[in-house]
Amino acid sequence: MEDCLAKKMEITVSEAEKRTGRNAMNMQETYTAYLIETRAVESQSEGQCGPVDSLWRRYSEFELLRNYLSVTYPHIVVPPLPEKRADFVWHKLSADNMDPDFVERRRIGLENFLLRVASHPVLCQDKIFYSFLTQEGGWKEMVNETGFQLKADSRLKALNATFRVKNPDKRFTELKHYSDELQSVISHLLRVRARVADRLYGVYKVHGNYGRVFSEWSAIEKEMGDGLQSAGHHMDVYAASIDDILEEEEHYADQLKEYLFYAEALRAVCRKHELMQYDLEMAAQDLTSKKQQCEELATGTVRTFSLKGMTSKLFGQETPEQREAKIKVLEEQIQEGEEQLKSKNLEGRDFVKSAWADIERFKEQKNHDLKEALISYAVMQISMCKKGIQVWTNAKECFSKM
Amino acid sequence: DTSLTEVNSFSPSMPISPSSMINQYKFEDEPELRDLFITVDDPESHITAIETFITYRVVTKTSRGEFDSSEYEVRRRYQDFLWLKSKLEEAHPTLIIPPLPEKFIMKGMVERFSDEFIETRRKALHKFLNRIADHPTLTFNEDFKIFLTAQAWELSSHKKQGPSLLSRMGQTVRAVASSVRGVKNRPEMFTEMNDYMETFSQKINVLDKIAHRIYKEEREYFNEMKEYGPIHTLWSASEEDIADSLKGVASCIDKCCKATEKQMAGLSENLLPILHEYVLYSEILMGVLKRRDQIQGELDSKVDALANKKTEKDLFSEEIGKLEDKVECANNALKADWDRWKQNMQCDMRSTFTNVAENNLRYYEECLATWESFLASQTVDLHVEEDSEDRP
Repeated sequence: MEDCLAKKMEITVSEAEKRTGRNAMNMQETYTAYLIETRAVESQSEGQCGPVDSLWRRYSEFELLRNYLSVTYPHIVVPPLPEKRADFVWHKLSADNMDPDFVERRRIGLENFLLRVASHPVLCQDKIFYSFLTQEGGWKEMVNETGFQLKADSRLKALNATFRVKNPDKRFTELKHYSDELQSVISHLLRVRARVADRLYGVYKVHGNYGRVFSEWSAIEKEMGDGLQSAGHHMDVYAASIDDILEEEEHYADQLKEYLFYAEALRAVCRKHELMQYDLEMAAQDLTSKKQQCEELATGTVRTFSLKGMTSKLFGQETPEQREAKIKVLEEQIQEGEEQLKSKNLEGRDFVKSAWADIERFKEQKNHDLKEALISYAVMQISMCKKGIQVWTNAKECFSKM
Repeated sequence: DTSLTEVNSFSPSMPISPSSMINQYKFEDEPELRDLFITVDDPESHITAIETFITYRVVTKTSRGEFDSSEYEVRRRYQDFLWLKSKLEEAHPTLIIPPLPEKFIMKGMVERFSDEFIETRRKALHKFLNRIADHPTLTFNEDFKIFLTAQAWELSSHKKQGPSLLSRMGQTVRAVASSVRGVKNRPEMFTEMNDYMETFSQKINVLDKIAHRIYKEEREYFNEMKEYGPIHTLWSASEEDIADSLKGVASCIDKCCKATEKQMAGLSENLLPILHEYVLYSEILMGVLKRRDQIQGELDSKVDALANKKTEKDLFSEEIGKLEDKVECANNALKADWDRWKQNMQCDMRSTFTNVAENNLRYYEECLATWESFLASQTVDLHVEEDSEDRP
């Protein structure tokens, strides 16, 4: 932890700017660019810091960075990016990517992403990540030169493995179920939260209508007038208060969203394990069948049905020389296979070990963060209740003077 | 003093909620001098070949001499209340007769003859009779007495007497016609009342709509909240470390949900009925002002006729004298009743809206307590955990 980048460098995504440019098909497009500022932190001196470096990146570059990290470190639960498009919106929020509130929340999310990566014991040491933060030009080319896209597993291959793997590590199977449950329950929660927010907004805003009517009514009343008028003012305050309340809640929703997306990252690690395990099982199976073939050829007994076997029975067996050649080839393949199997086994065990270490780290982080988020939610509710008490106490006083 | 002991011996048996007890005392300038106590309760369904209807039990306790007995129990249906109201309007055209609940609810929030509907109506009928009992003039009305005391068959035969439906309709037509004509000599005071009532009517109608809208929004909010809490419980099932925190949040949300329900009940029991009554009152008051104008219109047209006729002067002047008295009576009655109504209205509005504020305070205080106790339970644990910091 002492070595992690976050301790040595201050990282912020401080600004967002609308840009227009030409895309790959030479069509004009509008996009948002984000300013990344970095500054070296001298741990020993009295708060002296180096000069600020900065560069602009757009969302697609963040995506490229994350893809690179996911492929290069498949055993790591890679921190997720904030959502590409506004999801789980309630009616007052815009689903527009250009909406300033969305852009602002995304800016915070991107900063959070960089800080997560910078404080990860393994990821923070990656050179591509460091260049992302510090090297403006030529970074994209650098990433592509690593050839990481070639290492990426195809989705089809991964899906295939999921269905066919026979003996996955039980812990990964459990983890997979957990991440599915986490994904499902958080998205359900976010959906309902958005609806609740919508309704709460409605309740508060309708109270704003009181203000106008009380004011108009107070004009025809002599004794009741003052009480009505001032009560109306408090109703206006009440109605306006919901905007800040719900904006704060959006940050809470974003905290939950991060873990919704983290569930996908967990899933990715499980998938990688399944793929590796399936690969291993296939290699072992292949080896077994080759050994069997060899034995059959050597002893002349056919234990398993094979087309070759049948045709040779029908059309006559092959010559001893042909048989010898075949056995030789097989023996070479078997040796190769055994070495491959050994290294695959080793790879698999290493993967499980390092993946599991990161998963434990992730679990602790998740528990800490979610607990904090729930506490901050309670704090928000408390603040909302206190505001409500204040407004209605004031209103009550006005009403009692009517 | 016997009237005081009557008050004390009666109150324990009154089956009403505290809030309507407050309403009772509002009507009275001097509660200790009350000598007529009425309750409306025990709705019962009656099914005949032709129709189904509800009757309500009306219990009267009184120490007044003009009542033969000190206690009466009769059953009345909504029709009977309508009859009483129209008789009172007839006898006292410029007094403010309290509103009756409507025949049926158009908005379809509640089914006809559902328990909720019947209970709302019962409360309104109870208020209606008590407001009449508290009115300095109406309380001594003969039809009112008959309504409270007569057995069913007696009431039916009494109802058959008196002006027919057609003649009553004629009165209304005349009243509307005269208001359309406009009253030339309307005293300033009544023009002011008219202007006031027009604005008041507008505002009270809007308030009524706002209150219903708030109730509706709160209901939608409540429905969503019901689903919100359980999701946290569901989530806690797949967690270990944070399961308790999640369950805690679920429990808080559920408690706030219940508090919302309570708050909504407060609205529907208090604010909504009162605003509705005053919507009805605004219609009643506009009607009263029209009737006063009509009475004055009768005088004015007779005076105009006199100006044109030279003969039969004596006859006319006697008639005019009578009409002038009538107008003066009507004006005085209305003025007094108007002041009384305004005072009551102010009282009602003050207590109703104060009650709304108290209701909301109670809601927020309950929710606050819930979340604060959750927070306390969490921060105790968090201090223990604060050693491991791997968050950026």
